[in-house]
Amino acid sequence: MNPVSLAALRPADDGKLVREIVTPEGIPLRFTLARAGDRAGAFVLDTLLQIVVIVVIVAISWGLTLATGGGGTWLTAVIVVLAFLLANFYFAFFEVRWQGATPGKRRIGIRVIDARGGQLETSAVLARNLIRELEVWTPLRFLLASNLVWPDAPGWARLLAGGWAFVFLFMPVFNKDRLRVGDMIAGTRVVMQPKAVLVPDLAQEAAAVPFWAPAGTKPRATYTFSDAQLGIYGIYELQVLEGVLRTNPGDASHGEAVRTVSEKVREKIRYEGQVVNDELFLREFYAAQRAHLEQKLLFGQRREDKFSK
Amino acid sequence: MAATDPIAAPRQMRSVEFRKEREATWEALEALIATADKDGLRTLGAEQLARLPHLYRATLSSLSVARSISLDRALTDYLENLVGRAYFVVYGTRQHLRRQLAEFFLWKLPRTIRAAKWHILVSALVTIAAAIAAFQLTWSDMDYYYAFAGDMAQGRTPASSTAELREGLYHTESGSGVLATFAASLFSHNARIGILAFATGFVAGLPTLFLLFYNGLVLGAFAALFHARGLGVDLWAWILPHGVTELTAVVLCGAAGFQLAHALVFPGARTRMDSLREHGRSAAVIVIGAVCMLFVAGLIEGIFRQTVTSVPIRFIVAGATTAWWIYYFGFVGRGRDRRDAAEREAASRRPALPGPVLELSPQMSGPMEVAR
Repeated sequence: MNPVSLAALRPADDGKLVREIVTPEGIPLRFTLARAGDRAGAFVLDTLLQIVVIVVIVAISWGLTLATGGGGTWLTAVIVVLAFLLANFYFAFFEVRWQGATPGKRRIGIRVIDARGGQLETSAVLARNLIRELEVWTPLRFLLASNLVWPDAPGWARLLAGGWAFVFLFMPVFNKDRLRVGDMIAGTRVVMQPKAVLVPDLAQEAAAVPFWAPAGTKPRATYTFSDAQLGIYGIYELQVLEGVLRTNPGDASHGEAVRTVSEKVREKIRYEGQVVNDELFLREFYAAQRAHLEQKLLFGQRREDKFSK
Repeated sequence: MAATDPIAAPRQMRSVEFRKEREATWEALEALIATADKDGLRTLGAEQLARLPHLYRATLSSLSVARSISLDRALTDYLENLVGRAYFVVYGTRQHLRRQLAEFFLWKLPRTIRAAKWHILVSALVTIAAAIAAFQLTWSDMDYYYAFAGDMAQGRTPASSTAELREGLYHTESGSGVLATFAASLFSHNARIGILAFATGFVAGLPTLFLLFYNGLVLGAFAALFHARGLGVDLWAWILPHGVTELTAVVLCGAAGFQLAHALVFPGARTRMDSLREHGRSAAVIVIGAVCMLFVAGLIEGIFRQTVTSVPIRFIVAGATTAWWIYYFGFVGRGRDRRDAAEREAASRRPALPGPVLELSPQMSGPMEVAR
């Protein structure tokens, strides 16, 4: 796992940005598209790194020229070629070597994938990065140093270059798949790197001696539920309940939420018995409800929510 | 069955059993992915590298099973995210760079160029037409020279004397450092223009067309000026040694731009995105080839031309580069093309393979069937 994965720390439930791809094995996988801000951040980091590398190379060659006394023009030639390679192949190099990540992308926690779910081809990586010349560098050169490129550029030309830069730079914001021109040409997407954390199974915990239960609790069911009581809720409600139970028990809101939900559930399923510990009650209800619904699932009955038949 | 005893229930719950049974595989995959992400794929040993696809497929099948039998949201989310992370590593680019380079130059590049012959033809015709037009116009009236080649003239204009023009063609430079710097800046300048000619294909190819046309105009105007002074042979001896490579590279970049424009403007039966995706990739291959050619051309122009002034030797080099590129683009990789075509044909005769084959343990295949 990455040391700092900023994108992964934020909740990834922005439904509009979730895209499904089908892996070559035929299994659909969902990825969340990287946000424009994350991509811009990664780009800035990568550009800074490129600048640092150039500065270091120039400094070293300058030192060498001083040390050897003249003869440094060969070094100038090497620097010109290196600068060209760095400007045009930095991204492609890392995306090929690091499976779709560059140092900046890795830091932010985003990656390039094939839009159709196949192998990320080298030619795709090259295509998406060669376009940067048109997307970023040419408009920037016009904007910042138009005097060098085109000595007496009329105002409309600068305006045109500005408009150009604007359209291409902000292309990812204008389309729903957050595609840069390079992504369109190469058939790639930039997605967030998901964070995988395996948390304990609530249903299994309910069966064990729970750490949060009063000391001396026996590992047996305190609460029992009838089939009729378990037939009320569906999968959606089960997973909402799972969400409530999985909130951090240390949070002040946790106890409050558990109490409210417990009351709601008891009312809804007409639970008659005495409930001392709301947390214990909900966990056992969750286990029983899940067992019930999964059992149904085995027979092909998928009850989506409490409104389904 | 009355699932009323929650203590008995978890033990019967398939999702719980399933998780216990497969958890070790997932954790192994997670550890492997963590190492690969942190230190790179190459830090994994051969044995670990061999295990990776197996663990990935096993976890993928777990995800598929979990989706159909488990209602534990945290579990399916975990599996989905884990498989997603593993997917990056398994289906990211992962060939060795050296092998990939060899494949690129020995097969992919010449093949892609052969496949793009019509775009290349158009690109070449545009350049040639512009050159001929500029030659004719400048030949009839030298004032056109300033319109066509004004910026590029570097002091070589109709106002210069013939002796000055001749001196420009046989000007030599010693001092390897200066030459190398000259070659390097020629290369990086030309390569940037080439990449731009490709990239502007995205704007319906009009700037690409303009760049090619302009390139042709300069060439034609130059030729007219020198021919008018009786320096025709000397001029071609000066241009062609690097020009064969450089002009071909520029034509190729233009062809790549046209390919992009073609895909964008006339996608045919496919969607615009599909069409772009395919042609964008092959255009990128062509551009990379052209950038390499421009590097070679920069060396010839910056070093060879500035040191060797003998006309026969200049023509021999020009002829040799022409022969080499004809051989390279015309014949390299043909054997593999034929083998691939034969294989495809054989594959099309075989009955289609059944869909994805998943390793499901027998007791797990039941619920899968039901869920479908």
